[in-house]
Amino acid sequence: MANPNGIGASVRRREDQRFLTGRGNYTDDFKRLNMTHAVHVRSPYAHARILGIDFADAAAMPGVVAVLTGADMEADKVGSLPCGWQIHSKDGSPMKEPPHYPLARDRVRYVGDAVAVVIAETREQARDAAEMVVVDYEELPAVGSSTRAIAGGAPLVHDDAPDNVCYDWHLGDKAAVDAAFANAAHVAKIDLVNQRLVPNAMEPRAAMGEYDQSSGEYTLTTTSQNPHVTRLLMGAFVLGIPEHKLRVVAPDVGGGFGSKIFHYGEEAVVTWAARKVGRPVKWTADRSESFLTDAHGRDHVSHAELAMDADGNFLALRVSTLANLGAYLSTFAPSIPTYLYATLLAGQYKTPAIYAEVKAVFTNTAPVDAYRGAGRPEACYLIERLVDVAAGVMGMDKTEMRRRNFVPKEAMPYQTPVALQYDTGDFAKNLDIALPLVDYPGFQQRRAESKARGKLRGIGFATYIEACGIAPSNVAGALGARAGLYECAEVRFHPTGSVTVFTGAHSHGQGHETTFAQIVADRFGIPIENVEIVHGDTNKIPFGMGTYGSRSLAVGGSALVKAMDKVERKAKKIAAHMLEAAETDIEVKDGRFTVAGTDKSLGIGDIALQAYVPHNFPLDELEPGLDEQAFYDPKNFTYPNGCHVCEVEIDPDTGVTTIVSFAAVDDFGNVINPLIVEGQVHGGLVQGIGQALYENCVYDEESGQLVTGSYMDYCMPRADDVPSFTVRYHEDQPCTHNPLGVKGCGEAGTIGAAAAVMNAVVDALSDYGVTHMDMPATPEKVWRTIRDAAPAMAAE
Amino acid sequence: MYAFTYQRPTSLADAATAIQAEEAKLLGGGQTLLPTLKQRLARPTDLIDLGAIAELKGIREADGGLEIGAFTRHAEVAHSDLVKRVIPALASLAEGIGDRQVRNMGTMGGSIANADPSADYPSAVVALKATVTTDRRTIAGDDFFTGMFETALEPGEIVKSVRFSRPDKAAYAKFRNPASRYAIVGVFVARFGGEVRVAVTGAAGSVFRAEAFETALAADFRADALNGLSVEADGLNADIHASADYRAHLVTVMAKRAVEAAG
Repeated sequence: MANPNGIGASVRRREDQRFLTGRGNYTDDFKRLNMTHAVHVRSPYAHARILGIDFADAAAMPGVVAVLTGADMEADKVGSLPCGWQIHSKDGSPMKEPPHYPLARDRVRYVGDAVAVVIAETREQARDAAEMVVVDYEELPAVGSSTRAIAGGAPLVHDDAPDNVCYDWHLGDKAAVDAAFANAAHVAKIDLVNQRLVPNAMEPRAAMGEYDQSSGEYTLTTTSQNPHVTRLLMGAFVLGIPEHKLRVVAPDVGGGFGSKIFHYGEEAVVTWAARKVGRPVKWTADRSESFLTDAHGRDHVSHAELAMDADGNFLALRVSTLANLGAYLSTFAPSIPTYLYATLLAGQYKTPAIYAEVKAVFTNTAPVDAYRGAGRPEACYLIERLVDVAAGVMGMDKTEMRRRNFVPKEAMPYQTPVALQYDTGDFAKNLDIALPLVDYPGFQQRRAESKARGKLRGIGFATYIEACGIAPSNVAGALGARAGLYECAEVRFHPTGSVTVFTGAHSHGQGHETTFAQIVADRFGIPIENVEIVHGDTNKIPFGMGTYGSRSLAVGGSALVKAMDKVERKAKKIAAHMLEAAETDIEVKDGRFTVAGTDKSLGIGDIALQAYVPHNFPLDELEPGLDEQAFYDPKNFTYPNGCHVCEVEIDPDTGVTTIVSFAAVDDFGNVINPLIVEGQVHGGLVQGIGQALYENCVYDEESGQLVTGSYMDYCMPRADDVPSFTVRYHEDQPCTHNPLGVKGCGEAGTIGAAAAVMNAVVDALSDYGVTHMDMPATPEKVWRTIRDAAPAMAAE
Repeated sequence: MYAFTYQRPTSLADAATAIQAEEAKLLGGGQTLLPTLKQRLARPTDLIDLGAIAELKGIREADGGLEIGAFTRHAEVAHSDLVKRVIPALASLAEGIGDRQVRNMGTMGGSIANADPSADYPSAVVALKATVTTDRRTIAGDDFFTGMFETALEPGEIVKSVRFSRPDKAAYAKFRNPASRYAIVGVFVARFGGEVRVAVTGAAGSVFRAEAFETALAADFRADALNGLSVEADGLNADIHASADYRAHLVTVMAKRAVEAAG
């Protein structure tokens, strides 16, 4: 009988018991004897020279333990925050990599850049004193946007990055693309902006540093998606602490969406300061600091052209993108607009030639890095908007346009012209499932009914493919990654048959404590209650690369399977010994070890007990214990893909867009827990819808001030903004190169949704001659578009 | 938040004495003041919590209209059978303020004394010909709001209650700021016999009456009577969410919707 809590079961998330009853343990919940509190003094200017810092008054304030500055860090030889990925420009030169100190030394480069830290007995005392720190700034001209950064005569963010360019990179066969355009029957073009977003994890970032004088050991408790990476980056590059003296713990973490992948300066500050003041130091961001200093996402300005033959077959794609990296290079920033973006520009289409250029620039804004989807939503949005424009150029139905150009299932594995090789995917099938869900044939009638009520109705399609399960280390290394991208798991059977799993993946909302336990319960035929998942502590987990890029199950789950394979092999040896049979005669099914052709069998629990009570083990051949560890480095990325369809209705009087329906059909390969997958899709869709209709991180172009620095101005989607989603998936195309056949589901919703919504909005406005609108489609923007077009419509 | 002395008087007289302290502030539901304090944007020496003063509470029928105590929370107005019966448009306005948490804390007196340009209640005070009673005097609703975050209240003057007239027909329609959910434009339309009042909040620095709309509706109380009418965009608020001309446009749209809803 199948395990009721095994693979494929919609097991309710085990971790929710503590989250929903307020018993989670987040970084800010940890308290230590003699703990102090840190508050950062941050720059109010986007760009300024620091002429001096006077903290005499602050240091004399009640409760103040220390006031520390960049000069103190420099004296202690604290290093720059390292960048984990190196990109080379077209001319072969390496990217510009200016230093990024945890506390600024001579200049501040964005509003929120940390200048000093005040450490006090209480947080309020630290805040009071931080207000008394007087920084003498000489304000400098600022660069508040990527377009301003490359305008002639723009101020330089870093003196050693001429024209504010970090790198000018390209991918693909330019000559082949130029030749295809020369022979094209039709060309579709688009200019678009993929606006900057603030990640807005529910839990603000926090970090607590501790130093044990007797052992020389440091502990950093932090809101991280990958504690081992933080240990490596901070230990080796910033503070010079060897791994065996540095423990990094990422306890319960309330969402990250990418923003907690990176190593941030505050982590180094509290760890360093803990030794400096001889007491634990805790810092917790307030929401304003989150807006100002969490690494932001997206921020592309692009031009794209698609060449077609007379029948609408895609011949070539040409893309030019300007990417804003912010004031400094965040940990993985350079890879996002390059290898996680341009490599996805084939989308689901068999476009034979693609050429992409990406110029990445520094600006006086918060650093930009991976945010849910990371490069892939930008690619999907660009392709899918362009395909809709192309359908308009050709006068062709938008679904037909797509279907005609899909990479056919039979062509798998398919080598794209932009480096990736798709392993599986049946894109036509996704569309075939989606169309009846949205009653596509009935759309024109619904549109007419809306029109009769004075409303504008539109339908939008988006197909997406993403490269997830990041990634094969050898490929990543060849592309500039300075880290490996494998994962590690340890499976420890205890004497009485319960299991502790140690995984290098980190759960901050993904539900690993449930899904990973399901995999183990399924494999060994044991109750899920007997399996505990441990993650997020470098002193407990052998190693790990963390959670991002929808990689936990595809890479971490595969490592878990490898470790279970080892456990099973060992258990088989023990079973053979106990049952006095040859190892080759032992058959294993659902955790039962049976001598073939007999009724002699043992459960894994019996074997585990024997492993730890090895009274008669042949110790030359068989070690006691049942505890195995494995590393898994994938052979390829995984390629989740799908088709999203959105229907909207616009009120032309106000410009308000209402999402009437949204259907998502996804291929995630095999699904471990349908309930969790559906939840991930829902959350992802809302984030994509947020970008399409609501969210926009606005900096003043000249002053570099953050205009949308609170929820009064930064519009987050709310539950009443979205419809009830129709979510379907199929498991016909499992991943071919990992043992679970899984592809990953964490980012898919975000990747497809923005394009589907915007295609629907533009479709609704098509009667007004609208072919594109930049996100977010705010009420005023939509209203103004209609108003400006209306006289023209009347004149026709 | 900076430290302050918290006081919770049980009578209006005690509150009036307490507020004489130099940098004292009155605390109603705290839905604006507390976030302001948390952001360290205000530094009162004393916070005078009005929540324990019985005289400030309660909803009564008065002169055919309603008298609502200043310390009546939005949710109480929204859910009051009396309000629903006498001036249903007022209950409906209250039900649309902020979110559930805000409605459970925020008070009518706090809202009007704060006079946020995008608050909802000011439109009702003006459209429903209200009078505001304080611990010192009575102020006509028309004279109460004097500018952005400014009212006719003198320093230390405490709002006791607000008395609303009962209209024949009334409705409030608002266009919410998608981020903050405050009113970008809110229009309260009320008809008293042959007189119509149209009060607009959100659009300008302070609530104002759209007189041309009132004249048109007095002659013909239908949405179509507003066709071709609009308020001047000049002088209206403009921010990243809505320009002045968009707000001007929305005033007409919301006024029509309010007329339709009023029936």
